[in-house]
Amino acid sequence: MSTVEGSHFEPARRISVNGWVVALIFLPPALLLFTVFVALPMVEAAWYSFYNWDGYGRPERFVGLKNYGYVFANPVFARALINNGLVIAVSLLVQLPLALAVALAVARRVTWAVWFRTIFFLPYVLADVGAGLIWRYMFDGDYGLAAAIAAGLGTQPVYLLASKDWAFAAVLIVIVWKYFGFYMMLYVAGLQNIDKSLLEAAEMDGAGRWQRFRYITLPLLGPMIRLSIFFSVVGSLQLFDFVVPLTGGGPFDTTHTMVSFLYYFGITRMRVGFGSAVGVALFVICVAFAFGYRRAFMRDD
Amino acid sequence: MNIRRYALGAACVLALAVPAFADTNVTILHVNEVAAAKTLWDKIAADYNAAHPGVHVQFKYLENEAFKAKLPTMLQSDDRPDLFYSWAGGVMLAQDKAGLLKDVTADLADVEATMSPTAVNAFKVDGKAVGVPFEMGEVAFYYNKKLFAQAGVKAEDIKSWDDFLGAVKTLKAAGITPIVVGAGEKWPMAFFYDYLVVRIGGETALADAKAGKNGGFKNATFVEAGKRLHELGALDAFQPGYLQTSHAQSAGVFGDGKAAMDLMGPWLLGMQAPNSASGKGLPEDDIGILAFPTMPGGKGKATDTMGGVNGFLVTKSAPAAAVDFLKFFSQKKYADEAAATGAYIPVVKGADTAITDPLQRRLASDLAASTYHQNYFDQDLGPSVGRVINDISVAAAAGQMTPEAAAAALQEAADQQ
Repeated sequence: MSTVEGSHFEPARRISVNGWVVALIFLPPALLLFTVFVALPMVEAAWYSFYNWDGYGRPERFVGLKNYGYVFANPVFARALINNGLVIAVSLLVQLPLALAVALAVARRVTWAVWFRTIFFLPYVLADVGAGLIWRYMFDGDYGLAAAIAAGLGTQPVYLLASKDWAFAAVLIVIVWKYFGFYMMLYVAGLQNIDKSLLEAAEMDGAGRWQRFRYITLPLLGPMIRLSIFFSVVGSLQLFDFVVPLTGGGPFDTTHTMVSFLYYFGITRMRVGFGSAVGVALFVICVAFAFGYRRAFMRDD
Repeated sequence: MNIRRYALGAACVLALAVPAFADTNVTILHVNEVAAAKTLWDKIAADYNAAHPGVHVQFKYLENEAFKAKLPTMLQSDDRPDLFYSWAGGVMLAQDKAGLLKDVTADLADVEATMSPTAVNAFKVDGKAVGVPFEMGEVAFYYNKKLFAQAGVKAEDIKSWDDFLGAVKTLKAAGITPIVVGAGEKWPMAFFYDYLVVRIGGETALADAKAGKNGGFKNATFVEAGKRLHELGALDAFQPGYLQTSHAQSAGVFGDGKAAMDLMGPWLLGMQAPNSASGKGLPEDDIGILAFPTMPGGKGKATDTMGGVNGFLVTKSAPAAAVDFLKFFSQKKYADEAAATGAYIPVVKGADTAITDPLQRRLASDLAASTYHQNYFDQDLGPSVGRVINDISVAAAAGQMTPEAAAAALQEAADQQ
């Protein structure tokens, strides 16, 4: 009786007991799934990366850090790292500003704006592999859109994806086209949350359009921008889906990203240890960025 | 009394055996996309199932890349197929080394005696049979007779590499794309490199390089092959944008009559029409076959062939019915049917006479007269060095890599293995 009375008068403690019960009931399934499908494979990959293993039988040939040596000495991996850097640069310097500019234009709640929002968002809805195949056709110099344009202009057809200097630029174009709609939507949501009275007040105080954008809209959109940069960088590091249907990493392995490098040089070549070493390197880069960025920029969000 | 007892015993054994056999499922995993082959195989399975109540043989198709990616995991799980498609070579050796394959030497000796020894030997590991071949292919130049006539090139005059380069120049001068190659997928370009190595270094070239003799892959043969390939590439022999062309696209270009030659396996005949823009492709009468030219001073003979040997491997836990089915499958009557329908060129001796298609007949007679048959290098070497062969073939042809650097890259890949 007294315990019941006691618990009745100590709500905080009761919640914590309930919290434990809830945790005991709900945590094990989630923890189990996380362990089996996330934590264990990561540990396994790290373990495999110390072996020379073709995927058959058990990994037995321990090679220490040799796989890491091979990865970092591989010129294709170096190129893939540069490509990932390029994707990040283009995402931050072209894609996000473009998304913000378009968002400012279509954030209003009027019919045409809603239509345009939908149109710009459509590429994001499309499956990545499908989009890659469509663009492969567009860039094709024999039968594709590029061929039709060249024929219309009366010039020699251009084979963008067959050029080692331009193929990755073509990949970047597709990335911007595909994902800017997503960031536009993020910004539209952010813009619509901004209290209109603040902008009106600023206007009454004589602030111009640029001043209102610079001193009111942009700071209030800050959390959304920081979040979009985070998504954008992590997404760029993990880019894979386009590269396979669009270029397959070619020509001359100039269009690989780290993940497509992992797939083509680790998995399809049955070099599980080597591929795992790439995976570990990618994991370290992603985690370092994620924690570093959150610590530095997203503390208050 | 005794007889009755035996009869009773036999009945008991039967009663026990039949239900035990009744649950036998035999799964065969394959990647064959040729419609005629699929139809034939399903028919063979149906025939076998009808003759063996309680056994269910089933062919299951998986797309090529998916098959290669999934197989290692599948073979090491309980979900493994009983028989599966194989290109022999390095991958098969790795599977055998891991103890995943069954020794069927004793069971299949009779069957193997009816087949081409070259094909049979491809499925042996140190004299032990782990599977059975069913088809053999030759890679050769398919050429467009009309385009050759238009440029004034005579196929029968092309014997040596120099003749071949001369023909390429003549075609080029006539405004015709000499060769179409699906270099976007790389392996089609490796066919050139493979053949060049075989023609220059002869039948021991690859084995010697693998064994690390005379500098391994860095030896003169491999460097020379790279030089020759670059020589061809420097003539602008390939269609514009060839670095991005897929294998299917390249077959379509040939089918549309937009290029004079295609160095490819027998499946090109089935692929050129459906992949062409017209949908019709070239009529077979307009297609000729040209063997890969010889190399002056090379150790290889003009009759040495390069191409695939395909068969089925038996997994370690396969039931007796699976091996029994392989015997049934390998009968001459089915090989004859494969030959007659153009499904593939069978390895069973004497079945080549059933081939009706004149082009396939030519390939079969080349194979029958073959002085040495080389498996595709990428299959022979296994996935890790094999994919590097494909990479460096494209790079050497395009002049992106020097022949010496290409050979060194091969050796480096072999060292890392």
